[in-house]
Amino acid sequence: MTPQPALKVEHLDVVYRVGRQERRVLSDLSFTIRRGESYGLVGESGCGKSTAAFAAIRYLARNGRVSGGRILVDGRDLMALSAAELRTLRTQSVSMVYQDPGRALNPTIRIGRQMTEVFEVAEGLKGKQAHERAAQMLARVQIPSPERVMANYPHELSGGMQQRVVIAMALSINPALLILDEPTTGLDATVEAEVLDLVSRLRGEFNNSILFISHSLPVIARMCDRVGVLYAGELVEEGPAASVFADPRHPYTVGLLRCVPSYGRRKSHGRLETIPGFLPAPGSITGRCVFVERCGNATERCRSEVPPRIELDGAREGDAGGRSTRCFYPERAPDLPHTAQAPAQALAAVAAVAAASAAPRAAQPLLRVRALSKTYQVAGKPFHAVNNMDFELWAGETLGLVGESGSGKSSLAKLLLGLSIPDPGGRVELGGETLAADTAARTAAQHKALQIVFQNPGSALNRSQTVRRLIGRSLRLVGLSGRARETRLLELAASVRLTARHLEEKPRQLSGGLKQRVGIARAFAGGPALVVCDEPTSALDVSVQSAILNLLVDLQAEQQVSYIFISHDLNVVHYLSDRIAVLYLGRLLEIGPSEAVFSGPHHPYTAALLSANPAAATHANRIRLQGELPSALNLPSGCVFQTRCPRKIGRICEDQEPALLDAGLRHAIRCHIPAAELTRAP
Amino acid sequence: MSVVSERLRAAAHSATLITGLAILTFWIVCALFGSAMTPFDPYADNLLSTLASPSTAHWFGTDQLGRDILSRVIMGARDILIVAPLATLLGTVLGTALGLCIGYLRGALDDVVSRVIEAIQALPLIIVALMALAAVGTSNATVVLVIGFVFTPLIARTVRAAVLIERDQDYVAAARLRGDGRLTIMFVEILPNVLPLALVEMTVRLGYAIFFVASLSFLGFGIQPPSADWGIAIAENYSLIGSYWWTVLFDAAATASLVIGVNLVTDGLKSVVDA
Repeated sequence: MTPQPALKVEHLDVVYRVGRQERRVLSDLSFTIRRGESYGLVGESGCGKSTAAFAAIRYLARNGRVSGGRILVDGRDLMALSAAELRTLRTQSVSMVYQDPGRALNPTIRIGRQMTEVFEVAEGLKGKQAHERAAQMLARVQIPSPERVMANYPHELSGGMQQRVVIAMALSINPALLILDEPTTGLDATVEAEVLDLVSRLRGEFNNSILFISHSLPVIARMCDRVGVLYAGELVEEGPAASVFADPRHPYTVGLLRCVPSYGRRKSHGRLETIPGFLPAPGSITGRCVFVERCGNATERCRSEVPPRIELDGAREGDAGGRSTRCFYPERAPDLPHTAQAPAQALAAVAAVAAASAAPRAAQPLLRVRALSKTYQVAGKPFHAVNNMDFELWAGETLGLVGESGSGKSSLAKLLLGLSIPDPGGRVELGGETLAADTAARTAAQHKALQIVFQNPGSALNRSQTVRRLIGRSLRLVGLSGRARETRLLELAASVRLTARHLEEKPRQLSGGLKQRVGIARAFAGGPALVVCDEPTSALDVSVQSAILNLLVDLQAEQQVSYIFISHDLNVVHYLSDRIAVLYLGRLLEIGPSEAVFSGPHHPYTAALLSANPAAATHANRIRLQGELPSALNLPSGCVFQTRCPRKIGRICEDQEPALLDAGLRHAIRCHIPAAELTRAP
Repeated sequence: MSVVSERLRAAAHSATLITGLAILTFWIVCALFGSAMTPFDPYADNLLSTLASPSTAHWFGTDQLGRDILSRVIMGARDILIVAPLATLLGTVLGTALGLCIGYLRGALDDVVSRVIEAIQALPLIIVALMALAAVGTSNATVVLVIGFVFTPLIARTVRAAVLIERDQDYVAAARLRGDGRLTIMFVEILPNVLPLALVEMTVRLGYAIFFVASLSFLGFGIQPPSADWGIAIAENYSLIGSYWWTVLFDAAATASLVIGVNLVTDGLKSVVDA
């Protein structure tokens, strides 16, 4: 007899009651996670991923209800369990790791107490024994000094450390099933890579079954044996991860995979693919395929019948569990019509800028930054957020700013914009004019020329104003009124692909992508010369992200605007940027044309960042950074990166800060190791 | 649009809100049309039937001067329903403006004003109000001004806390980046977003204001005779409460019901706004 699967979900329906209506968020969901298997659920926000996870431990929100189907954990019907049995199940066989580790830990209790409690409840251990077990467990998740961490409160740990603690707690009971709900979404690239490494390693050690939920296709591809693609509450495609990603058989999976800027793709290669249309409201589609409105392959049959789950025989050797899709035409999926047809002229413009970027030039730069620093006082000690920054940016060019949280990316953006005041001695010049430190002291022309697109469109738009007013207020800068202003407003709205209907709506009625379009329209109202884009797509789904990136590229080609593009996603930065600057602890470590920064020679930190990218070729033998990011309150002596540098050469790194040395082709690296030597892998 | 109608539908289902509104509406009708509703002239003495107990003729009995208490309770709603809301409105307007300024501008101004507000909150407000009224003389207008000023710091504090959150939102940075001045940012950008909170705070304060006015009237510093005000009636008659309970009970119950009505509306509104 084969052992019971760790989790078996059969024809699960879940509804949420909203007001007096019930909305179906999961329908007819079936999947099985066998023992020791890692199963990924992937899909965009609102697809029902988290609902599926919560249903699997019977922990739905108060207004949620399982209205049909069965959930079997270890062969036991979850819905038939009593409250006491459910509690036993949750303390003994299932654990969950949530997206935000900061919120999963109790901020007022020390880590040690929170850890020992697990052993007290689950195994009835007491005092010293529980303490020892907790320390052992923390050591197993590679926390260097467990005793010290146990004496800390959660806020004293970094995000990566917190997530390790949460994973340690989840694994303490050695669960049969471990549910990971977007466990690395809020973490930096290098930390994400470490946490994923840890999960893979622990899986080998503990042999748990894993339900891994993520919106990130590369992460799922790397972590999971099997994958299920969720769309609007339905499992549209399922199968072994390798074959689903290599040969998708549902148009949604195909679209999703095409949206992600692949490793090494550049804007000069053409536009990104998008998925047209919007995710339908939960439960609003009945009697037809859920994806029909956004599908390029849809036929009359798709509009009048619900496609059944079709078993595919394309499974490869050694795959167990088979493949299925909910599409009438799985064989046509790979031929889904492409959405990206770049106008030849836009492409030419992009290519021209890219070419100009690589060549040396004499012309005056649009932006010149000299000796820009920002020091905050934190409890009487200096905190160096931005440290003596020098760089230039030419007209029509995009400079990508890359670095982990705390590297000073956003602080730098605020200094440029005049939203915070730099230390004396720093200078920002735009078009040859020195800008006043405070935005209030800048001229209207300067306000028009320098604008920003914010990271969080929810916070960036005043929720009490309509879209018309949000954009219109920025048009006052231009000095238009009456008919001319109305015409320009409609033009602007059209340029970011907003329709007249959207103008009368308020931000709460718009989706994240639409809100971000309003933010972009606002930034472009005055015909800017330079727009700072501060992680403009990090809050958005991949299909929306690609549409926004396309829009930014189009606007740049039309208006010759320059961008400073801040992002933690290297593939996105690479796609959009002509040049890239790498920041670490407020210092510029490397700057140069994108191709040069990506192809090398690299600064050792850049090399580590690049190899942390799950989609990168170098990922297999990635460079692991040792230790924690130092605090800007207590900067390392000499080179800021020396405490974690895998290629540290000796005392010189501790004593002397290296200069930004030329590595050819306007590419500069701040390292004591000569560029020629950096090229060779360590 | 749909949000508003959804909220209204939720409001229609809130028993708390409905009950509160019913009580409040009743007293507002009394205040507006009291003169047409009273069975007797509320100001007419009748020395032949003083201190008469409740009867079919005088449902609530009569007072020391033989005036019909039912008629006086109905008429008594008028002054308090003018004075208390006006005072609350004044306090809300001033408090919101002050809270906006100190919350957005911060700096030394905020430090100083916030400390002053804390100092004022440490004082018993009724004593502050009594001293102020003793100094400027008492009339409906001065009562409105004094209560309005006393409430200003309380509302300013609440609004300031909300403004501190709003000023860090990116839309404020966006406004600064297009060169909007401080006043524009405070009153055009931020104010609409803190207004719902200020309005809820206003209804909370209205309950206190009614109580406050009634207390001042009772002490002789609020609404002045010959008004049929409930506080005055209680003050005039409380020495008789042992033998002639009806001279105090109905006015006290009227005051209490009005405060409760306002509080019910407040709670109902809060739950509808938060939902």
